[in-house]
Amino acid sequence: MNTAIMLALAACSTALVAALAPLILRQPVAQRTGLSLLLAVTGLLAMIAGIYGLVLGGDALILPLGLPWLPMHVRLDALASFFCLVIGSLLFPVAIYSQGYLRDEPRLTPLAIFMPLFVLGMLGVVLSDDAFTFMLFWELMSVSSYFLVTFKHENLENRKAGYIYLVMAHLAGLLILGSFAVLYAAAGSFEFSAMRDATISPFWASAAFLLAGFGFGTKAGVVPLHGWLPEAHPVAPSNVSALMSGIMLKVAIFGFIRVCWDLMGPGDFQWWWGALVLAAGSSSAITGVLMALQQHDLKRLLAYHSIENIGIILIGLGLSMLLAHFGHPMLAALGLVAALYHTINHALFKGLLFMGAGAVLHSTGTRDMESMGGLIHRMPWTAALFLVACLSISALPPFNGFVSEWLTFQTALMAPQLGGALLTAIVPFSAAMLALAGALAATCFVKVFGVVFLGHARTEVAASAHEVDNWMKVGMAIPAVFCLLLGLLPVLFIPLMDSVPELLLHASLAGSIHAHGWLWLTPIDIAHSSYSAPIVLIGMLVLGGLAFWLLHPKGRTIRRSVMWSCGNPHVNARMQYNATSFSQPLRRIFAGIYRPEEDLNIERSRHKLLADNVRYAVHIGDMAVQYLYQPIGKLTLYAAKLLQHEHQRGIHAYLAYTFITILFLLAVYI
Amino acid sequence: MSAALVQQLVDGFAALMLLTSFALLAQHRMLSVLHWFAGQGLLLAATAAIVAYGTDNEELYISALMALLLKGMLLPWLLRRVIRQLHVHREVEPLMNGSLTMLVALGVTLFSFHIIQPIEKTSLLMTRDSMAIATACVLLGMLMMITRKKAITQVIGFLAVENALFFAAIGATNGMPLVVEIGIAFDVLIAALIFGLFFFQIRTTFDSLEVDTMNAHLIHKDDDE
Repeated sequence: MNTAIMLALAACSTALVAALAPLILRQPVAQRTGLSLLLAVTGLLAMIAGIYGLVLGGDALILPLGLPWLPMHVRLDALASFFCLVIGSLLFPVAIYSQGYLRDEPRLTPLAIFMPLFVLGMLGVVLSDDAFTFMLFWELMSVSSYFLVTFKHENLENRKAGYIYLVMAHLAGLLILGSFAVLYAAAGSFEFSAMRDATISPFWASAAFLLAGFGFGTKAGVVPLHGWLPEAHPVAPSNVSALMSGIMLKVAIFGFIRVCWDLMGPGDFQWWWGALVLAAGSSSAITGVLMALQQHDLKRLLAYHSIENIGIILIGLGLSMLLAHFGHPMLAALGLVAALYHTINHALFKGLLFMGAGAVLHSTGTRDMESMGGLIHRMPWTAALFLVACLSISALPPFNGFVSEWLTFQTALMAPQLGGALLTAIVPFSAAMLALAGALAATCFVKVFGVVFLGHARTEVAASAHEVDNWMKVGMAIPAVFCLLLGLLPVLFIPLMDSVPELLLHASLAGSIHAHGWLWLTPIDIAHSSYSAPIVLIGMLVLGGLAFWLLHPKGRTIRRSVMWSCGNPHVNARMQYNATSFSQPLRRIFAGIYRPEEDLNIERSRHKLLADNVRYAVHIGDMAVQYLYQPIGKLTLYAAKLLQHEHQRGIHAYLAYTFITILFLLAVYI
Repeated sequence: MSAALVQQLVDGFAALMLLTSFALLAQHRMLSVLHWFAGQGLLLAATAAIVAYGTDNEELYISALMALLLKGMLLPWLLRRVIRQLHVHREVEPLMNGSLTMLVALGVTLFSFHIIQPIEKTSLLMTRDSMAIATACVLLGMLMMITRKKAITQVIGFLAVENALFFAAIGATNGMPLVVEIGIAFDVLIAALIFGLFFFQIRTTFDSLEVDTMNAHLIHKDDDE
């Protein structure tokens, strides 16, 4: 038993202790402190375990727990270590943040029980080394997160969201179970080690891939299986949203990689697997960002961006699958590293964004962007840290989002090396989708930051907002620093995660990545492409300083005055550009996709040219919900209605059913 | 008594069992249903005693005694008391008309003989021929539960199924282990007592012992809400 796995198990135990702590700690203050402290320790342990595991290698263990004939197998390999690191690096700041965020929460016990259980579930999934343990922790994660989503269950909206979430989580669980069943049939054992060694026929391999893809895809929120995500994330408490969006979706990605890359292996890949993943990724990326653009609920907007970023991760994975199938392990490793890099990046900046949204929600009491504005004056720290996350998610240098998307593009540019005209057509198409998604994401975050933090306060609550406490500031500052570091020093970080492609693809990037020193990131070779974040940063600082110096020369003071209002004397905060008006041009361009239901009401009581009152409302429904979920729901209800009167037939009918069933079984089986 | 004679006797009693099952299905007056039910219990006890004699199985004598006391006497007496106190003397129109029920019962019996045939061939017990009849009796008991409206007749149908299972146990394996049998007998007794209590409760709540009325009541309650 080596140090890394001991640390990982210690993290699990701490989470378990944290889940049991509320049984002893009854005071809200004690519960809050206990929760934050123990989860912070869990996060720290998971982070250290991840780094240890990546550097020194992990170990496998059989725990004396579980069923008598099936003890729990745990294993910390490179993949598990990496995801341990992802979990830990967000859990640690979120735990600190929770200490401040939960201060005014009167009823903490459910949160204090289910949040650690949720964390334990995620860690358990990552560490498990047999299908039974995997499913056990997977369900623990799903069910406990349901209770977190319905934490404020007095609101109807939350209960509805929780129901959708529970249904889809179970659907996902069922599909994943099916995938393990296929693998079990091939291996004859629940242990992952047996599944790895087993040979599986191409047909059954494809079946396992599809089941795993749809199962984990549902949990990860891949379009069109994303219906639960924009409902569940906004209604959960913000620290939980940060964990759900930042880590739980990644655990689904982990499961997908574990089943497809590890248990089956690149040798089993077929060309259409990669193409399918690529298509799913592209559609998720573009749908997610387009839907996000039209939201005015801050957390719902962020939830849609999670769908977009899962899409970007899947584009990397799909490219890697294609390249691995066509025999380019080095390039496949690059795609995998790009996907994993984006995984940790998204965990960090999306966690930060949700924490920032939580801070805004905490001080204004609303999630509606239309009633915010001008918060940068009252919450400067939150605004600055939120801006870092906005820049990161918009893939702007020198932050981390740029590095991973750039690496994904580098992989996509290798498409001509693939065989077949179809693939050389698909790959640039999805790269174009990725580029479009990036541009739209930047637009969207201009909107978010502009509407929420800049301008004037639109309502009283926004005007009386206050800065959050130090715990929350520190909780947000840590991922912001990580975002910058991962953006500046990819050359040092990629070799750390190099053992993952080595494990899965038997290919290493270590040789080419820092062939030219720590300053230059060279994914393939220097002639092909290179990027140096520090130099970009210096360039940006120099140019920015120069521009500032030119615009604000010494000796001239800045003149502040009332803005020009076209001669209209009554100017109020509601006349500002707001979330709906900012996204109006895109709503026009993509009207075919959005199908907006617009409602314009103009009251003209005095004269037909004089408008007294103008009311404009626009509603954009999710197409997947409209054309996929609702028909299925209606069909189910219709079938239930057909069967409904059968339920009221009474005792004689039930006896007759039993009788006929017995006769039937006797006739068939004897 | 020779083994052949014992086998003849068992077969004969089995035939009588089948007769009682048909009779239960055909009767409409409560008290005659009860009489046939008591007769079935007595037949069961006699069969158990004969099989016990034929196989020298002492435990089966105890089973026979239990069947005699419980199924032949105590349960009919309990049910008779209930019928007296509740003044239910006639089963109302059954759900299925009488001759149709008889035809279905005939079909079910033929079906039982058909499906038991392959099993009978593998058995070496002297009671093997009674298996088909036991199966038929189980199914006929169920049929009785399906076609009757009064809760009491349904309970008698249920108890008839239990009788038939006991008979099947004697036929297939020369009786179940004594412990199991005592347990089951006790369960049946308790069930009968509980049913008896329920009848009074149902009567006071619904003013009727017809199952359909209870259903209707429930449905109306749903509608009101």
